[in-house]
Amino acid sequence: MSQYILRRVLASIPVLFGILLVTFALGRMIPGDPCKAILGEKATQEVCDRFIREHGLDQPIPVQFAIYMSDVLRGDFGQSIRFSRPVAIILVERLPMTIELSLSALLIAILVGIPAGIISAVRHNSSVDVATMVGANIGVSMPVYWLGLMLAYVFALLLKDTPFWLPPSARITAGLDATPFYEVYGLTLEKNSLLFYGMEFLANLYIFNSIITFNWEVLGDALKHLILPSVALSTIPMAIIARMTRSSLLEVLGLDYTRTARAKGLTERLVVLRHAMKNAMLPIVTVIGLSLGALLGGAVLTETIFSLPGVGRILFEAITARDYPIIQAFTVVIAVIFVTVNLVVDLSYAYLDPRIRLR
Amino acid sequence: MSAVRTQEALPATWVEERAPRSTRRQFVEGLFRKRSAVVGMVMLGSLIFLAIFADVIAPYDPIQVLIGIEEVARRAPPCIHLLGCPADQPQHIFGIDGNVRDLFSRVVYGSRFSLFIGFSTVGFAIIIGGLLGAVAGFAGGRSDNLIMRVMDVLLAFPALLLAIAIVAVLGPGLINALLAIGIVSIPVYARVMRASVLSAKEMDYVQAATAVGASPTRILFVHILPNSVTPIIVQGTLGIATAILEAAALSFLGLGAQPPTPEWGSMLGTERNQVFTAPHLVFFPGLAIMLTVLAFNLLGDGLRDALDPRLRIVRT
Repeated sequence: MSQYILRRVLASIPVLFGILLVTFALGRMIPGDPCKAILGEKATQEVCDRFIREHGLDQPIPVQFAIYMSDVLRGDFGQSIRFSRPVAIILVERLPMTIELSLSALLIAILVGIPAGIISAVRHNSSVDVATMVGANIGVSMPVYWLGLMLAYVFALLLKDTPFWLPPSARITAGLDATPFYEVYGLTLEKNSLLFYGMEFLANLYIFNSIITFNWEVLGDALKHLILPSVALSTIPMAIIARMTRSSLLEVLGLDYTRTARAKGLTERLVVLRHAMKNAMLPIVTVIGLSLGALLGGAVLTETIFSLPGVGRILFEAITARDYPIIQAFTVVIAVIFVTVNLVVDLSYAYLDPRIRLR
Repeated sequence: MSAVRTQEALPATWVEERAPRSTRRQFVEGLFRKRSAVVGMVMLGSLIFLAIFADVIAPYDPIQVLIGIEEVARRAPPCIHLLGCPADQPQHIFGIDGNVRDLFSRVVYGSRFSLFIGFSTVGFAIIIGGLLGAVAGFAGGRSDNLIMRVMDVLLAFPALLLAIAIVAVLGPGLINALLAIGIVSIPVYARVMRASVLSAKEMDYVQAATAVGASPTRILFVHILPNSVTPIIVQGTLGIATAILEAAALSFLGLGAQPPTPEWGSMLGTERNQVFTAPHLVFFPGLAIMLTVLAFNLLGDGLRDALDPRLRIVRT
């Protein structure tokens, strides 16, 4: 098993290297003078010369790439042009929002998608099956941003003054105090230390932060704000998971060991949930891993619509403002998350199917 | 001794059933038997009809501002005479947009853009990706490794984000957005093509062609490629759906088609802040995107089922 893990981890190194190469190339392909692009049109020749020397831009391209790689590996993504702050700090502030959104959307997608797929497969060709599959087809064809806007219209405007009202923007209601857990517990942290940023990152996961500080008011409020964006974001993965669960389970339900399980006199529930589902899980886990790409891409759109201060929204703003260090850094980080998750998915195969470990 | 059973002695229906059916006929029958595929084809047919006859169907010019031409308010809601809108008011079945233009005409003309976007990006990706995949699968060895590792890297980025990053470098605009989506879609077709070339390579007819001395290029283009097209067609149909969705997303973010182009994503993007005051401006373009993508998805699913012989056997 450990050999398999090692092999799989080693195999993802060239991909990570490739990601850095692509983002480096994208950064270098920006039209115009890099100095003027970063320091602004008014930068003098003298300032530009110093900038070029400091950033190693007068070095040969392979050396530049090596500098870029060592910077990124140390977590140094440079300075944002628009905010004049290190990109890494902006990342610490913004990434938790996106993680919270993506995970809650994924959770909804799994909690609805898998049961819907199971019911559809067990009641194959029934009206429930047809309805689920029609729903799934509409789900995969849904423009996330359109659904988000329509949900906001229905729940924030039409259902205003009813108990079903949901907020259409922001992470929590203005004025609510989400004190970071390290302050609540009186931890003194050295500002700008690595530990401080680590804690800050965790504290920016509002749901996590409010749970460990027992701040139920903030927790409820944050969850309420998260409902509309996560539901909008979850539709496409939900539809894909439901379709895959159905087809994978249908295939397994026709196999001999399912018949044996039935012949033993097991209840249908046990046959499906214990015998069939365990073997049908492999392709389902694969699409769950792959749907994370759709989630992270969709997060850009969802955060824009619901005015959420996450990675996606700042990436969109960075493009409009041509803030290249941010675009570059955030693309790297998201791609690395994506690759890591798929690595974890691959490793979970080995757990689900012992034959894979031996190959 | 009983009479030898000849074909004449068999029941008529049996003979008919046993008559060999051509693969093409089996495919067409399979496709039409699938209800969702038929629905997809009908929807797509209507869309193509809408795109071709947009000039006739749309009551107004899609970029014509109606100020001074008609008495209409900016962002006025739909006015349909049949549904009780006063007859003295001009009829606008989808309402009026923020620049006082007829929304229905803009949505109708938008069908042209979405079909163009779908076919051009997927066409581009199929040509480049298909060629790369064919070369990788056919040549094997180092070139295979190199090409497929590059494809792996492209696949390591979430598609929409990579497209956004590419547009950020190229600059916003419809053509650049199409190029970005085309590039992002390449790896999928390269993989599909490589897989089918790899299996076709082992076929007897390829060995026969090698034996009679055909050149590798001839074997690849004349013998292998025509036999590897099926999966690409299926993937392409589903790919058009994704491409339309992604292009609309880029336009929604302001990175694709620019106003006043009547492109659905861009129409949605420009009016998104008006969702509470004029929801029709968001509803109709979004619905158009959803239905178009749905049509391609349904057809793609149907094609996959009809073209996959394994599934056909299971069904019959």
